[in-house]
Amino acid sequence: MSDQPPVIRDLGDAGLLVEFGERLDEPTYSRVRALDRALAEEPCRGFTEAIPSFVSLFVGYDPLVTDGIEVREALLRLIDRPPPPPPDPKLHTIPVHYGGANSPDLDLVAEKAGLAPEEVIAAHLEATYRVYIYGFAPGYAYLGGTAERIRLPRRDTPVRSRPPGSVMIAGGQCIVTTVDMPTGWWVIGRSFCRIIDPDAPRPFLFDLGDYVRFTRADD
Amino acid sequence: MSRAVLTIEHAGPLTTVQDAGRPGYARFGVTAAGPMDRLAHAAANVAIGNPSGACAIETALGGITVAVGEGSIAIAVAGGAPVVTIDGARVEAWSVHTLGRDARLAIRPGRWGSWTYLALAGTIPAKRWLGSSATHPQSGFGGRIIATGDTLVIDDARSGPVTPRSLPLPVGARPRQDIRVVLGPQDRFFSSEVQQSFLSGVYTVTDAYDRMGMRLGGPKLAISGSLDMLSEAIVRGSVQVPGHGDPIVLLADHQTTGGYPKIATVIGADQDGLAQLRPREHLTFRTVSPDQAVAAARIRDRQNRAYLQAIGSKGSRQ
Repeated sequence: MSDQPPVIRDLGDAGLLVEFGERLDEPTYSRVRALDRALAEEPCRGFTEAIPSFVSLFVGYDPLVTDGIEVREALLRLIDRPPPPPPDPKLHTIPVHYGGANSPDLDLVAEKAGLAPEEVIAAHLEATYRVYIYGFAPGYAYLGGTAERIRLPRRDTPVRSRPPGSVMIAGGQCIVTTVDMPTGWWVIGRSFCRIIDPDAPRPFLFDLGDYVRFTRADD
Repeated sequence: MSRAVLTIEHAGPLTTVQDAGRPGYARFGVTAAGPMDRLAHAAANVAIGNPSGACAIETALGGITVAVGEGSIAIAVAGGAPVVTIDGARVEAWSVHTLGRDARLAIRPGRWGSWTYLALAGTIPAKRWLGSSATHPQSGFGGRIIATGDTLVIDDARSGPVTPRSLPLPVGARPRQDIRVVLGPQDRFFSSEVQQSFLSGVYTVTDAYDRMGMRLGGPKLAISGSLDMLSEAIVRGSVQVPGHGDPIVLLADHQTTGGYPKIATVIGADQDGLAQLRPREHLTFRTVSPDQAVAAARIRDRQNRAYLQAIGSKGSRQ
């Protein structure tokens, strides 16, 4: 099944979206990352950038240099070849402050999940998370692995403002925010760990595929 | 070269410094930002002898008033059809001038257009991040928001010789109401009737319009089936449809990924003109093939290059 050719869709004249599936699973995500690595090693003509996501890879091209037909053919050739090996993942440990003003949505999450607030915190702390993608805003790393019993759909109406460092969950995912943005996710803690260090030579803390554990910070 | 000091006596909301943008970091969640109207931004720069991708000040419908407190500096204005005055006297909307000490330049909205660029002959101080000084106001990394009361010190100001001149308007300077799109990537989430109303309906720009995107009023677009979609990459021009059914065209400061279905993508060649529409103005969508979109990009690029060459500081005089 992982040999099925991907569905490749056009995004105007900006690039192609290569879809390896519709559900997040390990083989599908591996294929996204494999094509991303292959393109980094051997960019096709007119390649501008690749944006990995859970089940798809965006491949941008310069329409003055190439077109979707040529890029599509180059991608299919790359997909047919064995990909470069993945880098070794790192494990990051991130301290989180829970409770009070650090956890504006903790009580609501507990109520919706049918748990005590402390049980929500325990559930959040027990999992090992994986860095799947960056998206939405600078340094927003989507971590997969949130425990089943605290998985909730997003809010219907986003909250306008949550401070940077908000630790928030929705569905099976968790994000430690870096900037103040509207969000429909549930904020259950606060971290002062810097995911972005703007002036560092490597400004982003995580590589895709890394692992993350949360620990409870002393208040 | 000498020093010039400019005081921002008034800056409306969404006034920012923009260079050509910060492409290539979307994989870290960093949007490219950059000018809403890329051609007008480049025009203001080259008209004054700057590289086309240099920093310029982008102003929105709130306008801007700048006074020279020290030194003198050449400037160019381009984008939309604003009312531009120097010391109270009306000048052409797209034009090049030298501002002497105590001169006051004001840019206010005029007949049409949402975005106007003020290029300065010299380096506008703005924070560089990841190779660009484009401003993404939501994150505050890099660039510079321009606010009333700010002082800009231009250490390498050039003031001449500049003959005041007006610039011809390029093809595509005007707001564009006939917007070409390539359907997808989630057109399959919309019934053929809904797709038909998207393509035949008249949409109106709402007040929910900023650098991130433009929410449209008009025929609502119902999504067939579940909204349960994994986040995936968004590009400038993506037309996303959240649960409320109003399409949102994502623009320069768009989020890099999103989980709402995207019915279509506005082609690159039509994005500058789309951005120059104002709230309450109308637009319609029609489909083209990806090949046609690429062809349109190439035609527009040729036109833009010829235009920029013609207005370059060593080019036409008037």
